[in-house]
Amino acid sequence: MAEILVLVDHVDGDVKKVTLELLTLANRLGEASAVWVGGGYDGAKDKLAEYGAQKVYVGSDEELTSYVVAPKAALLAQLVQDKAPAAVLVGATAEGKEIAGRLAVKIGSGVLTDVVDVADGFVAEHSIFGGGVIAHAKVNTGTPVIAVRPNSVPAEAAPASPAEEQVSVALSDADKAAKIVEKVVEEKGERPDLTEAAIVVSGGRGVGKDGFSIIEGLADSLGAAVGASRAATDAGWYPHQFQVGQTGKTVSPQLYVAVGISGAIQHRAGMQTSKTIIAINKDPEAPIFELVDFGVVGDLFQVAPQLTEEIIKRK
Amino acid sequence: MNIVVLVKQVPDTESPRKLKSDDSTLDRAAADGVINELDEYAIEEALRIKEAQGGEVTVLTMGPDKATDSIRKALAMGADKAVHLVDDALAGSDALQTSYAITQVLGRTGFDLVILGSESTDARTGVLAAMLAERLGVPQLSLANKVEIDGSAIKVQRITDYGFDRVEASLPAVVSVVEKINEPRYPSFKGIMAAKKKPVETLGAADAGLDAGQIGLANAATAVVDFAEAPPRAQGQIVTDEGDGGAKIAEFLASKKFV
Repeated sequence: MAEILVLVDHVDGDVKKVTLELLTLANRLGEASAVWVGGGYDGAKDKLAEYGAQKVYVGSDEELTSYVVAPKAALLAQLVQDKAPAAVLVGATAEGKEIAGRLAVKIGSGVLTDVVDVADGFVAEHSIFGGGVIAHAKVNTGTPVIAVRPNSVPAEAAPASPAEEQVSVALSDADKAAKIVEKVVEEKGERPDLTEAAIVVSGGRGVGKDGFSIIEGLADSLGAAVGASRAATDAGWYPHQFQVGQTGKTVSPQLYVAVGISGAIQHRAGMQTSKTIIAINKDPEAPIFELVDFGVVGDLFQVAPQLTEEIIKRK
Repeated sequence: MNIVVLVKQVPDTESPRKLKSDDSTLDRAAADGVINELDEYAIEEALRIKEAQGGEVTVLTMGPDKATDSIRKALAMGADKAVHLVDDALAGSDALQTSYAITQVLGRTGFDLVILGSESTDARTGVLAAMLAERLGVPQLSLANKVEIDGSAIKVQRITDYGFDRVEASLPAVVSVVEKINEPRYPSFKGIMAAKKKPVETLGAADAGLDAGQIGLANAATAVVDFAEAPPRAQGQIVTDEGDGGAKIAEFLASKKFV
């Protein structure tokens, strides 16, 4: 079986869910080899083994994480050269896509981003134009570099006993041109990461300045992440990094609950591929209702707290 | 300071966006073209840097003839001049090829700073800044929500999953910006009038010294195999709240095993 490289996405050893999804996908297409970059590997190795990494390349030189993106691409480029894998998979996060881009230039390969599935022959499925069109594409030059959107492929445990190999790469001056002098971690509390959450509850224009506590309460009852429409983030009611939509994050959770969101195309582009969609809105004509599996026309300030209460009661 | 800001014309999100059935490329005739939204933040940032540091802002666009509308808008906002790379031979170029073509043109214009939006609303690949930095061998200062320049030193805040990184480098550099870095200005009437007189240099592929074997659909490193409209979502159940709307949603969630 052909080897497929999976770049592990982690924050200080805390492995992101998208990595487990990529390992599952890679084992469907060939044999998954995880590529670890940075510190904290010892705490994460069991998780990579549990989800089917057949091999792990460990690059733990501090230099690899001291500069923007380029060193990770350089390490992957060297592994492509040394190991001749059939493909390289990364998570389609903002940084993951940048790594994919730099890697593609370094190895002269085609790159596909924001992929939602990969079939035999590395035919990649894309959901484009805000989910309106499904396109299939493939790389016809070089080793395919494919960035897969989080939450697209369910992660499945498949315990393995991976062999470990320490790896390093000689970085060029250009790889070290943008130095990270400080990493600032913002407190995000107990809620799951927006792009990886199984459930997302989002608030929009209808929620108003003081209503986001209702959204947070509902989200917490479901163990969900909180999102917001652009109207809400532009108004300053909720921080910008939680914006779901064309100029914000793209999410694809199992369940998306849109509260007080009309469903403008700008928003739909960021959530349309959610598996189950629920909306609460007082306007029966709101376009969000075209997408829903279940919708309630009503006052969110009545309906949402009642929903929260009912969910807590059922636990 | 020689600042080059990259501008892309994209189909308006509000109008129907399609791929063409013959070659699976974007149907640019089907939708109204507008300036890519994040590029407006890039233009604004370029203008602010110029206002603080002095220098000149050049708009660089690769795209069909009608992309001149977006160029005019950028000039009306205050950019000084523009270069428009336009050639039928470029049609269907993918990200790898686009980064090659733009790199070649940047070799002609020279630059201290290249600024672009972090992503376009049509392809949304988000790879161009990284590819340009790689090809040009200059610092990649991407996903910036704050840029500070002091002489040849440049510092940015780079948005990350966990917060942000403080990044330092020396010019020349490539910077990509995110929404919220600034508030783009609206072109003034005076700006719109002045834009009509600003120089726009039009370059063909040969003028830019592009290798014909490295551009265009036939030479792309990626290819669309097929595409179709996504199946419409099945019509869901919509009820009007009669005091039990929340309970009804809870029932639905329970039926789907979410609670």
